Amino acid sequence: MQDEMKGYRGLARAKLEEHGVKVWSEVRAVNDAGSVFEGVILPRSETLDDEHIVIKMRNGYNVGIHIRRVASITSLGYKEAIYKIPEREFPVRPNLPKVTLLGTGGTIASRLDYRTGAVIPAFTPGELYGAVPELADICNLTTKKLFGVFSENMAKEQYVALARAIGDEIEAGADGIVIGHGTDTMGHTAAILSFMVQQSPVPIVLVGSQRSSDRPSSDAALNLIHAARFAAFGDIAEVMICMFGPTSDRYGLLHRGTRCRKMHSSYRSTFRSIGDIPLAIVSRESFNYLHKDYTRRDRSRRVKVDPAYDDRVTILYYYPGMRADLVEALVEKRYRGIVIAGTGLGHVNKPLYPALKRAIESGVHVVMTVQTLWGYAQMYVYDTGRDLMDLGIVPLDNMLPETALMKLSWVLGHTDDHEEVMRIMRDPIAHEITAREPHNGYLIMQGGLPETEEYIATHWK
Amino acid sequence: MIDYAEVGLIAGLEVHQQLLTPTKMFCRCPAGHYTDAHDGAVLRHMRPTLSELGEYDGCALMEFKTRKNIIYLLHEENVCTYEMDDTPPFLVNQEAVNIAIEQCLMLGCDIVDEVHIARKQYLDGSIPTGFQRTAIVGVNGRLPFRGRELTITQVSVEEDSCREVSDKGHLIVWRTDRLGMPLIETVTGADLRTPDEVEEAILLIGRVCRSTRHVRTGLGASRQDVNVSVRGGRRVEIKGVPKAGWAPRLVHGEAVRQVNLLKLRDDLLARGFTEASSIGVASADVTDVFATSELSFLRQEKWERWIKEQGRRPGFELGAGPFCVRAVRLRGLAGTLSWPTQPEQTFASELAGRVRVIAGLDQRPIMLQSEKWPDYRGAIQELRKVRARLHCESADAVVVIWGPEEDTVTAANEVRLRYIDAIRGIPNETRQPFPDGTTDFERILPGPDRMYPDTDSPPTRVTRERVEHLRAGLPEPPWVREERYAGAGVALPVIHYLIRRGGADMVDRLVRETGADLKKTCFLFGEKLVYLRRAGVPVDAIPFERWAELSRLLTEIPLLREAWELIVRRVAATPAGSVSDVVAGQGLGLEPSGWRTRIPGIVERAESRAYSSDRDRIFRIALGDAMGALRGRVPAAEVGAELRRALEERS
Ligand SMILES: [Zn+2]
Repeated sequence: MQDEMKGYRGLARAKLEEHGVKVWSEVRAVNDAGSVFEGVILPRSETLDDEHIVIKMRNGYNVGIHIRRVASITSLGYKEAIYKIPEREFPVRPNLPKVTLLGTGGTIASRLDYRTGAVIPAFTPGELYGAVPELADICNLTTKKLFGVFSENMAKEQYVALARAIGDEIEAGADGIVIGHGTDTMGHTAAILSFMVQQSPVPIVLVGSQRSSDRPSSDAALNLIHAARFAAFGDIAEVMICMFGPTSDRYGLLHRGTRCRKMHSSYRSTFRSIGDIPLAIVSRESFNYLHKDYTRRDRSRRVKVDPAYDDRVTILYYYPGMRADLVEALVEKRYRGIVIAGTGLGHVNKPLYPALKRAIESGVHVVMTVQTLWGYAQMYVYDTGRDLMDLGIVPLDNMLPETALMKLSWVLGHTDDHEEVMRIMRDPIAHEITAREPHNGYLIMQGGLPETEEYIATHWK
Repeated sequence: MIDYAEVGLIAGLEVHQQLLTPTKMFCRCPAGHYTDAHDGAVLRHMRPTLSELGEYDGCALMEFKTRKNIIYLLHEENVCTYEMDDTPPFLVNQEAVNIAIEQCLMLGCDIVDEVHIARKQYLDGSIPTGFQRTAIVGVNGRLPFRGRELTITQVSVEEDSCREVSDKGHLIVWRTDRLGMPLIETVTGADLRTPDEVEEAILLIGRVCRSTRHVRTGLGASRQDVNVSVRGGRRVEIKGVPKAGWAPRLVHGEAVRQVNLLKLRDDLLARGFTEASSIGVASADVTDVFATSELSFLRQEKWERWIKEQGRRPGFELGAGPFCVRAVRLRGLAGTLSWPTQPEQTFASELAGRVRVIAGLDQRPIMLQSEKWPDYRGAIQELRKVRARLHCESADAVVVIWGPEEDTVTAANEVRLRYIDAIRGIPNETRQPFPDGTTDFERILPGPDRMYPDTDSPPTRVTRERVEHLRAGLPEPPWVREERYAGAGVALPVIHYLIRRGGADMVDRLVRETGADLKKTCFLFGEKLVYLRRAGVPVDAIPFERWAELSRLLTEIPLLREAWELIVRRVAATPAGSVSDVVAGQGLGLEPSGWRTRIPGIVERAESRAYSSDRDRIFRIALGDAMGALRGRVPAAEVGAELRRALEERS
C-alpha cells in the first residue's frame, strides 16, 4: 500500500493526521499571522526535517509552513496525483523502417503534472508520440521497457538481459535498435554491448539526455530524433552512442561504443570520442560519415549474442604512494581481473611489484591501460614498464580503462586460461584497440589562446 | 474620456527590483557587470512540455508555432556554464534571500518558513533553461496608500532574465550578462482604480524598496508589469513599463481598448458570430496579382533584395518556402477591421500584432487591409482582383500578408484565431508598452499551469530568529519618514526625491550627528543640490565628513549659508580638503573693510545698464553686482539696505 503521508514523519506527520489531511489533499491552511495558503499538500523529501508542511499554492508556487505556526488546516477535497499520461496511437506507415526502443530506466521523454509538479515519464510509443511527434515521420516504433534502474545501477544482470533483448529484436526483424539510457554509465554499457552483441546487421544506438526532458531546453527530444533516424536509416551497424556534438542545438555525434567517454558532469556535449574521430555527424536532415572504417548495415548478416560476464574485475586507478595491501586485498577477495589505469605510458611504483607478482601467480589477470585516456600503454619504453611486463602485466595499447574493465569482465566470463585471456584482450573486436592514433584524435582546445578564442567566437559552442 | 469607475477599471502591479548583491543568485558570477561585446554564442530552441492533459498550454503552443531560433551571446567575464544551462544551479545565494526578506518586511509581509524554489516556464528564450527559478519569500503584506491599504499578495525572489539584442523573423538574440541576477517581484492586489493610482503605487513601492539601500538603482534596475482589466474584460499584462510616469497613459489606453473590444464582441455576436466555427476565413496565394504592383514590397525581386539587405539567412531569420503574397477573406466581417481599439488604433492592429509575433512576418507595414487600402496607381484594380480571386462579397473584409510561404499560412490562421478570441471578448495577453502610450501584442499570457518544483535546489529554512535579526536592522519605513519630514515643513515632492535618490539617509545622519536643522538640510539636499548635480558638479563624491563640517560651519556662521553654492562647488572640486580651508581661501565670513564706499559707484553703473528708470530693476542689477564680491561676507539684507539708501540719495 502506498504511504498517504509520503515523506512526512514525526511532528509534521502528526500535524497532518491531527487535521485529517494527507498528501495530495486540497487544503486551506492559515498560519499564526493570518496568512492563507490554498493548494495541494505535496510529498516531502525524506531527507528534509519533520517540521514543515509543503503546499503547492493555486498560483503554482510552493511554500513550506512550519508546523508550530499552523493555526488551522481545512480540507477542501482530495485528488490523487495522476501518474499516467494519455496515449495517442502511434501512426503506422508501412514504408518506414522498424525501430525498437529498449528502455533501461533513464527518462527520455516526459510530461509534467502541473497540479502536483510531478514529472511523468513517457515511454510507450503512444506516450512518446505525444511528446515527440516527429518520431512518427522517421520510423515505425516499438518500445520495450526492460528494467527501470538508474544508470549507476546497471550491472551484470542488466547487461546480459539487454544483450539478449537486442539479439531478439534483431532476429525479429528490427531495422535498428535504440537504447534509452542514463548518461552516467552509458559509456560502460556501450562498451560491454560491443563485445556481447557482435556482427549486428543493423545499427545499435544508445541515447540519453543531459538536461531532463521536463524542461523546454532539454536535449532529450533532439537526441532521440537523431538516434531514431540513424537507427532507421544509418549505414553503420555497430554499437554506438548518439549525443549532442556542440552544446548548441545543431547536430549529434555518433561515437563508437568502445572509444567514447563522458567528459563533463553536466554539459550537453559531454560525450567525446577518445583517440579517434567520431563515426558520423547526425542532423535532422542528413548524415555525414566522418570515418571510413566501419561495419556497414547488412540485413543478411546474423547477429551473434554472447552475454558472458564475470563481475570479479576491477580498475586500480594508480596514484603515487599506492600501498601494496590494496592489491593483496583484491587477491584475498578473489578478484579475477585487475585493470590498472597507470601513469604515463603505463607505470606503477616499485613497492607494488611483489604484490602484483603474487597476484598474477595466484591466477589474477592483470592488464595495463593509461589514466591519461589518450595515448598508448607503451611499457617497453622505460625500465619500469619492462619490469612490469616481466611480472606478467599485459599492456592494452590505447584501450580505454572502462572499456578494458568491460572487456576483461566479458572475457573472464568465457575462460580462465591466462594465455587465452590475454590473446583475446589484445585482439580487437570492436576497435577497442586501434593500430594508429590519428593526429586529430587528440584535440582539447585550450581556452584563452588567441586562435582558440577566434574559433569559439565564430563557431557554435 | 471614460469614467473609470463606470467601466469597472481594476489594476494591479508586479514590480521587479534587482537586489544589490556582488554575485548572482545561483552561480558565482559577478552581478551587475554588463558587457556589450561577446566572446561566444550558443544556439538553442525551446520545446514546450505537455501538461498532464496531454495538451500544450496556450502560451506554450504559441511560442512553439513561432519556431524561434534562439541565440545566446556569452561573455566570459559575466557568465559561466550555469547561465548556458550546461551546469545545474549552485546553492541559492543566501545574501539575496536575506535582502528579499528585508524587502518583504518593509512591505509588511509575513515571511514563509521554508523557501521553495519553483520553475516558471518561459518559452520566449529569455532564459536558456526555458524556465525562471523563483520562490515565494513573503505573503500577506500591506502598505498605507491614499488613506487606505494597498495589499501585497506576495513577494518572490527570482533570477533575472536575458537582455534582448534583436528579434528578426525567426531569430531572437539575447545577451546573457543580466541573466541570473537576483531580483524580487512584488505582486500587489488588484486594488488600483485609476491610472493615476497606478503611477502612485509604483512610486510608493519604489520608495519602500529603495529605503533599505540594498537594491540596485539605475537603468533597468526596476521594471514593472501592470495588470489591467475592465468589467467583463480579462486581465491584460502590460509588461516591462520602465517608468512610473508612463503608467497613466498606458492604463488609460488599455481601459479604452478593452471597452472597445467588448463593444466589438457584442457587435459580432449580434451579427451571428457566436462560435469559433462561424468565423469563416479562407486564404489564397495572390503573389501574381502584385507582380508589377506599385507597392514594391509585394514584388518578389524587392522582397529578395530586402532579405539580402537585412542579412536574413535560411535556417536562422528566414522562414520556409518561396515568397508568397497571401490574401485572406474574412466572411461577413466588413467593418471590423476599422473598429476602434486603443486611442488612434483599430482592430487591424490587433491582427497585425499576432501576424508579426506569431508568424514572424515583420516587414513593415506588416499587413494590408481592405478598409484602409493604401492609395497608389492601380490600387483599386489590384484590390478588386484580390477580392475576385477570393470570391468576396460586399460584406467580406480582406487582409493581405506577405513573406515566406509557410509563415503566410501561419499568419492567415492567426487572423482566424484572433477573430475567435474577439467573439469571446478580451484575450489574456501580455502587451509591450511604447513611449507614446500605446501597446502591441507580445504573447499569450501564461497561466499558473507553467509552474513546477525545481528538483535541483533544496528548500531554504527561514527561522524566526533570522527574520527578527533582519527586522532589527531595517530603516524606518518611508511613510514614517515622510510624516517626520512633513512635520518639519518639508514639501512632499522634496521628501519623495530624497527617499528615491537616497539623500534622506545623509540628511538624517547630519541632523543626528551635527545638530543641523532638518528643514534646512532637506532643502539643501532635496532642492539646491539637485540643480548643481544637473549642472555636472560631482556633489555625490563629497564624503559625509565634509558635509558634517559644512553643516557645523553653517550653524556657527549663518552668513555662510548665502554662499553655499560657491562653497559646495569648491568642496566638490577638492573633496579631500577641509571646508574651513575653502571658506578661508575665499575670505568668506569676513566683512571687507570699506565696502560701503563702493556702493554709490555700483548704483551709478547699474543705472546706465538698466536702460530704464524702473527703480526695482536698477536695484536688482546693482544687488547682483554687489553680491558677487560680498556673498558670504556681508549679509544680503545689509547690502540691500545700503543700496536702497544710495538709490534714494541719487533721486
Ligand atoms: Zn554564472
